[in-house]
Amino acid sequence: MEEIIPDKRIDIRGLKCPYTFVRSKLSIESMNTGEVLEILLNYPEAAASIPRSMQDHGQRVLSVDKVNDTDWIILIRKERD
Amino acid sequence: MGFTEDQFTDDQMIRYSRHIILPEVGGKGQAKISAAKVFLIGAGGLGCPISYYLTAAGVGRIAIVDDDMVDLSNLQRQILHSTKTVGIPKVESAKGVLEALNPDVEIVAIKERLTPENIIGYIKDYDIVIDGSDNFPTRYLVNDACVLAGKPLSSGAVLRFEGQVTTIIPGEGHCYRCLFEEMPPEGLVPSCQEGGVLGVLPGIIGTLQAMEVLKLILGKGDVLKNTLLIYDALKTNFRKVKVPRNPECPICGTNPAIKELGCYEANYCRA
Repeated sequence: MEEIIPDKRIDIRGLKCPYTFVRSKLSIESMNTGEVLEILLNYPEAAASIPRSMQDHGQRVLSVDKVNDTDWIILIRKERD
Repeated sequence: MGFTEDQFTDDQMIRYSRHIILPEVGGKGQAKISAAKVFLIGAGGLGCPISYYLTAAGVGRIAIVDDDMVDLSNLQRQILHSTKTVGIPKVESAKGVLEALNPDVEIVAIKERLTPENIIGYIKDYDIVIDGSDNFPTRYLVNDACVLAGKPLSSGAVLRFEGQVTTIIPGEGHCYRCLFEEMPPEGLVPSCQEGGVLGVLPGIIGTLQAMEVLKLILGKGDVLKNTLLIYDALKTNFRKVKVPRNPECPICGTNPAIKELGCYEANYCRA
């Protein structure tokens, strides 16, 4: 499988809901359609809620991976403005 | 307008988070709100809730014009003012509260009465005009100035238990004179002493106006163009009345008789 190279990375470890989503949404909004955002986070609830909300807003969730004991990495492709 | 995610500080991201979360607003919409400039007439029953919510929303610049002082009798409905600010200019009383609520917003306090001579000079620098005045001469002056200057206008009025709201987009929809061509003769209009108003009513009408203004700024939803919304508080009834643009309208019709701001006699109640 082809490796996805993110166009932008944000580290929102330490942020809680809803600011995890607010910060991710601001990043996605500032990107171009088709680009990929990588989100590094450690708020467990957000690992489930960010993908859900991004989908609701019309973006594509490429992957959600738990990368160590505390952190997740989520990849989102911007599908629409 | 352009938008970058660095446009918001962490505090602003938190302050406006419930806006940014909305798909219809987002960071782009909040950036539009932050860049908007609105001109508000009146710091009274309507002007207080209008400016309170628009300040909370983070509108970039809000000018408030009012030449009145805070009176004890205002406090039953004019929620920006307080027992401590009785006797000081309403615009100063309002500015203090609004600046404390949101330092992002520039509040321009203008302690003057609007006249045919000064109004165009004021509104030309603003995107949207909001009428929260309490008298017909000002209402007609503001309508005519907005039509001539091509400025969107949110207009609201309250009396006793009834309120009205409409949104005027010059060149697209109706104006106040399409609805009521001429000012009513003085004796036919109840003065404020005769009228009275239940204090919550201007809060309801003013917040409807603030919502119309935010939708105009965001370019989302439908505003009260060609429509008059009438609220009957006693019956808890909202009614929308269609107001077509009048081709014979003396200011926005095809052959307007009014081409410049004339005389607007101001002898109604100004309390």
